[in-house]
Amino acid sequence: MKEVVHIVHKYLRSSKKFPHIWCAGCGIGIFMQALIRVIDRSGYSKDDVVLISGIGCSGRLPVYVDFNTLHTTHGRALTFATGIKLANPRLKVITIMGDGDAIAIGGNHFIHAARRNVEITSFIINNQVYGMTGGQCSPTTPYGAETASSPYGNLEPAFDICRLAEAAGAVFVARSTVYHTLLLEQLISKALEKKGFSMVEVIAQCVTHSGRFLKLRSPVEMMKWQKNNSVPVEKAKELTPAELEGKMLIGILVDRERPSYHEQCRELIRKKFKV
Amino acid sequence: MIPKQALLQGNEACVKGALMAGCRFYAGYPITPATEIMEIMARELPKIGGVFIQMEDEIASLGAVIGASLAGVKSMTATSGPGFSLMQEHIGFACMAEVPCVIVDVMRAGPSTGLPTQPSQGDVMQARWGTHGDHPIIVLAPASVYEFFELTVKAFNLSERYRNPVILLVDEVVAHMREGIVLPSKEGIEIEERPRPTVPPEWYLPYGDPGTGVPTMPAFGDGYRYHVTGLYHDVRGYPTVRKDEVEPLIRRLFSKISKDFDRLQWFDSYHTEDALVTVIAYGCVARAALRAVKEAREKGLKVGLIKLKVLWPFMRRTVAKVLENSKKVLVPEMNVGQISREVKRVNETQCEVVTLNRVDGALITPPEILSKLEEIYP
Repeated sequence: MKEVVHIVHKYLRSSKKFPHIWCAGCGIGIFMQALIRVIDRSGYSKDDVVLISGIGCSGRLPVYVDFNTLHTTHGRALTFATGIKLANPRLKVITIMGDGDAIAIGGNHFIHAARRNVEITSFIINNQVYGMTGGQCSPTTPYGAETASSPYGNLEPAFDICRLAEAAGAVFVARSTVYHTLLLEQLISKALEKKGFSMVEVIAQCVTHSGRFLKLRSPVEMMKWQKNNSVPVEKAKELTPAELEGKMLIGILVDRERPSYHEQCRELIRKKFKV
Repeated sequence: MIPKQALLQGNEACVKGALMAGCRFYAGYPITPATEIMEIMARELPKIGGVFIQMEDEIASLGAVIGASLAGVKSMTATSGPGFSLMQEHIGFACMAEVPCVIVDVMRAGPSTGLPTQPSQGDVMQARWGTHGDHPIIVLAPASVYEFFELTVKAFNLSERYRNPVILLVDEVVAHMREGIVLPSKEGIEIEERPRPTVPPEWYLPYGDPGTGVPTMPAFGDGYRYHVTGLYHDVRGYPTVRKDEVEPLIRRLFSKISKDFDRLQWFDSYHTEDALVTVIAYGCVARAALRAVKEAREKGLKVGLIKLKVLWPFMRRTVAKVLENSKKVLVPEMNVGQISREVKRVNETQCEVVTLNRVDGALITPPEILSKLEEIYP
């Protein structure tokens, strides 16, 4: 245990004042540690990693870690990431977004980034709610949930982020919860290695807000909920649709090959114009 | 090298200027009457190792431009009114995070979808105050194809020098007309680069004032790992709500440009020495005004013209001098009166400010300006 903590400390900004802004029991920190551990193992140089976020609780993640970090506007992290990757393909470009951030206000950018296939590793931390603004319903809030902006029950169905990413053309699509930390690290690692646009949906608990409408009162209860409501993709094949009702599939959902935009772009410059 | 003579469209001259200034990244979205800039960029950039990308909207376009600039590449985008409205969010981000970038707005008559193919000068105030919050901005307005070339080079230089977005506000006439111009050789023009850090990464303060008001800026990947945010931040780039850090930041953002107001008084003057009435104009209206002034002079009227090339920061000193020396000032504009409002604001003399406005998508012609000059001539 001692060594694990040490690895994380290597990547936290010593000049940044802590504590962080996340509530006690928040799932974002678990994801942050997992990401740091994978980056450490993968051997990327800190100088080559660019971490880009949008707005919301997840948007605050980059400021704590010692990479090139960029905290952009609400929903637009992928647009900045596109410019950075195309301008300097050597950089490892990673975006961290929330569910409202990536799928509501940034939905247009998300589908086009997936379709365009610029090599960006994107993580969507899905806590099913707008946490920072005080618990309003998001595009992934369950139907019927009573939130600050749906006091009589949410009238909209929830978006399946992974199916959206798949349909839009992402070459790597996966889902984990923060309860399944080992799986989470495996998926982060695979996503980082993937050429092209990859997306990992990270189901995380917001104890302060989504805990209320899910009627789960503690981080432990919420993580047990993650455990009990998820099914590995391999196991899902053996289950009937009735048994899968209301469950989340976790694991690698899509892994395919397609030429990436920035490689084609560089190829054009190199071959056609010999620059 | 012999200077090259060329017959160019305004939008084409803009691209020539951008590439000569070192622009190597363009992200945009099609929109009349700015689309040619995008199409020429798509054709030319790959030839010189640059990157062109068509994004899903104008918000994304400016986002990608800011990203590329953070990665160390000079970048630009071009649009028209509706797209310019969408870009306002990221113009504010670039001001706050101090990311150099150039935005061309080829104005159409608005509001909303307006008159997509007709000229207007309706975005003057939007260019100044379109994004939320107090922020500094530089806006240049060319009146000819050559000026569009020249001011595009200058826009890149200013944006690099001050680490601030610079907007080229162009009317559809200047963007679409063709003129024969002589392009200078690359050696003949001055190119500026953003200030780079000279200290080792451990000593680097990303938003510290090195004395010039403009912090030094490495590219992502250079080894200077730092944090960029649209939040108010301290000198290390980290978010802050401390009053003793918030106010100095916004004050510095303004003063880095305002300390150089003297250097940003760019204008052409014609017959102003003894003018009783002076026309203040910009863009294509200044062309009509010049013709009107020449004809008025032939009729013996003592009238002159000041053609503004910088709209923001407003050239208070230049305009104040005009107001002191003239009995009347005429401000013709293709809007309901946006620069004339500024002229009135800075007027501390007895000089009368007269307006001449057209908002029907048609040009203001020389005869219109001439007859107005005759009407108001003292």
